[in-house]
Amino acid sequence: MSMLQRVLAAFAAGFALLALVFEFASTEGAPLPVWEFPAVGAFLVLAILSLVRFRLKLSFWGDGGLAALGAMALMLALDTIQQAEAGYWFALVSAWLFAWLFAERLSGAISKGKVGDAVGMLIPLVFGVAILVAWEAITRGGNVPKVLLPAPSGIWTMLTGNIPQIAADFQQTFMKSVLAGYVLGCGSGFLVAIAVDRSPFLKRGLLPLGNFISALPLIGIAPIMVMWFGFDWPSKAAVVVIMTFFPMLVNTVAGLNVAGHMERDLMRTYASGYWSTLFKLRLPAAAPFIFNALKINSTLALIGAIVAEFFGTPIVGMGFRISSEIGKLNVEMVWAEIAVAALAGSVFYWVVALVERAVTFWHPSVRGGRA
Amino acid sequence: MSLTTDGGKSVSVVEAKGLGLTFKTADGDVIALSDVNLDIRRGEFVSFIGPSGCGKTTFLRVIADLEQPTSGTITVNGTSPADARVNRSYGYVFQAPALFPWRTIEKNVALPLEIMGYGEADRRERIRKTLELVNLEGFEKKFPWQLSGGMQQRASIARALAFDADLLLMDEPFGALDEIVRDHLNSELLKLWAATQKTIAFVTHSIPEAVYLSTKIVVMSPRPGRVTDVIESPLPAERPLEIRETPEFLAIAHRVREGLRAGHSYEE
Amino acid sequence: MGKTWRDGSLIPIVIVLIGLIVVWYVAAILMNWSGVSDFYQRTDVTGVTFGQQLNDVLNQDKPLLPAPHQIVAEFWKTTVEQAVTSKRSLVYHGWQTLSATLLGFIMGTAFGIGLAVFIVHNQAMDRSLMPWIIASQTVPILAIAPMVIVVLNAVGISGLIPKALISTYLSFFPVVVGMVKGFRSPEQIQLDLMRTYNASRFEVFTKLRWPIALPYLFTSMKVGVAASLVGAIVGELPAGTSNGIGARLLAGSYYGQTVQIWSALLAAALLAGALIALVGIAERVINARLGARP
Repeated sequence: MSMLQRVLAAFAAGFALLALVFEFASTEGAPLPVWEFPAVGAFLVLAILSLVRFRLKLSFWGDGGLAALGAMALMLALDTIQQAEAGYWFALVSAWLFAWLFAERLSGAISKGKVGDAVGMLIPLVFGVAILVAWEAITRGGNVPKVLLPAPSGIWTMLTGNIPQIAADFQQTFMKSVLAGYVLGCGSGFLVAIAVDRSPFLKRGLLPLGNFISALPLIGIAPIMVMWFGFDWPSKAAVVVIMTFFPMLVNTVAGLNVAGHMERDLMRTYASGYWSTLFKLRLPAAAPFIFNALKINSTLALIGAIVAEFFGTPIVGMGFRISSEIGKLNVEMVWAEIAVAALAGSVFYWVVALVERAVTFWHPSVRGGRA
Repeated sequence: MSLTTDGGKSVSVVEAKGLGLTFKTADGDVIALSDVNLDIRRGEFVSFIGPSGCGKTTFLRVIADLEQPTSGTITVNGTSPADARVNRSYGYVFQAPALFPWRTIEKNVALPLEIMGYGEADRRERIRKTLELVNLEGFEKKFPWQLSGGMQQRASIARALAFDADLLLMDEPFGALDEIVRDHLNSELLKLWAATQKTIAFVTHSIPEAVYLSTKIVVMSPRPGRVTDVIESPLPAERPLEIRETPEFLAIAHRVREGLRAGHSYEE
Repeated sequence: MGKTWRDGSLIPIVIVLIGLIVVWYVAAILMNWSGVSDFYQRTDVTGVTFGQQLNDVLNQDKPLLPAPHQIVAEFWKTTVEQAVTSKRSLVYHGWQTLSATLLGFIMGTAFGIGLAVFIVHNQAMDRSLMPWIIASQTVPILAIAPMVIVVLNAVGISGLIPKALISTYLSFFPVVVGMVKGFRSPEQIQLDLMRTYNASRFEVFTKLRWPIALPYLFTSMKVGVAASLVGAIVGELPAGTSNGIGARLLAGSYYGQTVQIWSALLAAALLAGALIALVGIAERVINARLGARP
């Protein structure tokens, strides 16, 4: 074990010991000793016993198991306790250190080739779960005001309890504004790029401008679009069109120029015309650039549609829900909408990335196994 | 031009016994080195020649503690390669110049000196001396991209010489250069070797280069990487470029070629 | 701009710009024409000549699309002709946004570099954090801006800090991703070289990883500073805030003051341009010192 791992192991056990010594939790002012929670007790005892690792060999799966046991025990304990005290927090820190130690040892084992690479998927998962557990424990055990930070379980309850409304918001924002705007913006950016590409003069004039405009806070155009196209989704789609147009234009123009001189000369020797060179050589060569724009735009489109709704909407839509519920300090609902938006954004991105892999399988960045 | 004395020659700088190295890859094990026994003595110029995959670069990297052998033993200056590296007892010249593009030539030569903690004045003196040794005076303030490929590689040799290690490990240093530049650098390298009395281990895949430069030629062959012949060169220490047309030279070249052929290196 | 001069792009850019302005005027006339005609009808004005109507169209109070000269006039009126401390001054609002942007950008960049250093030097950190950081780039994080503002207001933190926090958050991600890539960009041969010198991790970092990562830093800083500005502007949108370019946009949209909206947009564009140019200048200065090929 490395130095860091020894320190983590010692501290994990040490905090478990502290958890046994200090007051664990309380309900209505009355103390709740740790032995009222057998699962937590079992975790703490096992955690202290893990110190035998300094004499015997202990698999890192043991650390993972301890972390999982501790997390589960502490989550279950939340149902009965009203206020967590020092003991609870020490136990939480101990479980968290075991999770860290597990990740540390597992990644060490992977780089030494002892465990398959696929097991490595566990590490980010462990990290994500650790964050959720800590979040839940701190908000509920510490009685953090809901307005400041709601517990994940509360957000989940809100999400599952309001599915029709959230679905309607999603339908309005994603299925209408985002998709329509994305298709129109990317499509027109692509077509304009091909048109511009024929004129070197326009290319030289438009490319720097397009680059500059992509960096501007275009989202500010939203109030204008609301004025022009009304409150409903077309105004949001218009914002999305404007935000996605320039990245597509700039990337496509750049991509159309990557085909090398040798390949172009080859096409010339075949007396290939403009269109056949475009379709057989230049567009395939530009594909990585075009997909890059499609990926950037997938995120931009969602941002554009949501933020544009802050400027006025009919009473439906994810951006509208976020801004109106936050006004009522109904923070759980806001988090629920954000969770849906995050999921939608990731899925959208990965769908585009999957299509990219299928289309540009020949590109080194894809062959290398990295997205 | 004096070679090292006989007394000095008997000292082993690198000593490998039954050295083996197996890489574990997704497609199974690859035996890069198998049962290599070799002695490099002080003051020698040893070339390693063979087709790609014969383990010549791997052997050099084992000496430099950049790869770990899986069997056998190897000592560098009487210690393990790891200790030799910590003692900074060798300079390494890579296939590419590997100059840092954000440093001027003098700053590049200063890099190892900074890391090894040489003082400011000492540093300046060493930079001046080594750049003179490789004929790069006047280029101190230039950035690498302002120099030709041959000059860049000379700068990287200067960088390896700057901290006065007795052993110089060179991994196909002139492989990427054209024939004419290469001839020039080869004769310069011989002069440098004579002037500094260093021990040089030199990896190449050019037969004339190996024969022209070396006092000892190690012929290697692939699958598994092994030594098939070790040739002590009878050529004199003083070697003008014309020596390459003499019968002695051609005889050694012939023997190297035979050695390579015996290793079945042209089948695949 | 030096580069643009040399490769002969300046003339095309100017001509394209002039073309855009012409198109803008045509669009302004077409879009505002019927509004003015309606106005004449309602107020029983008759016998207006074409030239008169054209003049009215281009100088409407609340046009659908203001003409460029109206925007510039409004911009001039609210910057040069107003005391910078006045709430009517665009300089005042611009500074509110800019200070939040800069504070957030600096914090985000510093934090991003720091985290990238950890990720590069600890494998467990790399494996646990990187997938989430990359995934979070696909998430519309800007959506949390109103919540951050309102929640922090509720606990008594208001003004510059909440906006700067949003900017921090937005500029942090491009910097982490860029710097992890940058710190990993040394080639194996360069790392081997450092190993032959028995260089410590710290020396490898200061002498190799850091200088080689600087170009990546500037690329990500350009993305980060633009994102920072967007973050600060969106942070000014929630009800209750009245300072900054975002608040100007919102106020303009409430009262239909299109000219005010467009001049706020112009201010935002100028800010973005200036910030990116600043990063670009810093990049060129550093690059020159590091001997990059001009």
